[in-house]
Amino acid sequence: MWEPLDLPPRSAASGCAILAVLALLCACKPPPTSRYEADPAAARRGFAAIQSAGCGACHEIPGVDWPKGRTGPSLVGFDDIGPIGGQLPNTPENLAAFVRNAPSALPGSTMPPMPLTVADARDVAAYLHGIDDD
Amino acid sequence: MIEPLWGWPPPVLDPAGPYAEKVTVLAWALFGMGVAVTAIVAAAVWVAIWGPPGLKRKLGGEKAVWIGGIAFPAVVLTVLLVWGLTLTASLTRDITGEEMRIRVTGEMWWFRVEYLDADGSTILQDANEIHLPVDTPVVLELRSADVIHSFWVPHLSGKKDMIPGRTTLLQVEAREPGRYGGVCAEYCGGPHALMGFVAVAHEADEWRNWLEARLPSEAATAAAQAAGRGQELFMDSGCGACHRVAGTEANGLAGPDLTHVGSRLTLGAGILPNNRGTMMGWIGDSQSIKPGNRMPSYNMLSASELQAIALWLEQQE
Repeated sequence: MWEPLDLPPRSAASGCAILAVLALLCACKPPPTSRYEADPAAARRGFAAIQSAGCGACHEIPGVDWPKGRTGPSLVGFDDIGPIGGQLPNTPENLAAFVRNAPSALPGSTMPPMPLTVADARDVAAYLHGIDDD
Repeated sequence: MIEPLWGWPPPVLDPAGPYAEKVTVLAWALFGMGVAVTAIVAAAVWVAIWGPPGLKRKLGGEKAVWIGGIAFPAVVLTVLLVWGLTLTASLTRDITGEEMRIRVTGEMWWFRVEYLDADGSTILQDANEIHLPVDTPVVLELRSADVIHSFWVPHLSGKKDMIPGRTTLLQVEAREPGRYGGVCAEYCGGPHALMGFVAVAHEADEWRNWLEARLPSEAATAAAQAAGRGQELFMDSGCGACHRVAGTEANGLAGPDLTHVGSRLTLGAGILPNNRGTMMGWIGDSQSIKPGNRMPSYNMLSASELQAIALWLEQQE
């Protein structure tokens, strides 16, 4: 059975403090925006390319229900991920080059080249940059 | 890939060969009869509720029950049964010895494929892919190594169970070159839904070339033995205990034969495209892709080791 909690009466001062903290917190976080505005048509094509290349065999990718491989890193929250492979600035051009031929875009990368055309790769980058899952 | 099984029209209504055409005719006939019977029943219900009293009396009479309830279904069902069995009899006719033979064995959860000569001895082993020439009836000898599976490539023929301890026969034929998806159509445990294959139809000469390039030869053996780090890792990791690669010491028979894995269209039994990335992902953690399948995840291998093995397997064409 539910019983009301016996809370101490809240003073006016503590109320003011809570309000002040809330105001500060709100000021700290601007409304979320993705860093890149992906073209929805390109992102749609990119999703199809991801499916047909089988990227999911190694990566968990938002929007891909199956498979969710774990050999490579998860791409959940990709819009907030820093440099590609920890080194390459995460720009659309770099990402497109990386998903198509990782070892040439980032020497030493253990991700293999994937069977994607240059246009496919650009679309895949658009899809990944369009992931805004937070 | 089993992708071609999706989309419209459904493959059952989109036949690509004479055997599948019979199944399609049967499917439409049964559907048509179903619609007709539903219409008759709906009309009778309408009469029973809102119809004129004279008609109602007739509908409730003994004669209506004898005709509509016994004679009509008995005649219609008997005719449909006899006609359906006659129509599709050629799908499962016996081997005459003239036709091309392929043995397909259902395994949990993939298809073992063996190409047979006229005497029934194996000339080539493969997995999860069936290559056939167009306009040639091919008889499939279906078996099971464990539980009941069902072989179904809807564009080319009907469905046929693969039963442990028995050999069942199914005829398939394709009119046009192309790729036709297939699946296991009988629940067979865990990853049943991820048990597929591809049937590839070639022009006759192209098919002959395909087969000849794969028959055991010295050149092929030399290619398999072009030793490298990938091959060494493959052997050292124990892959050869379950997989065979002709021309090497890998001679396991529990899993799919990998002698020609580099030229296969799919990985994991018809479920993933075959490229270096998916090969690495499959070896590294096949359990996250096809949970419960009988290959463990080799997640103790580093990415560069996975890459080396994938590179070597890619060369096994």
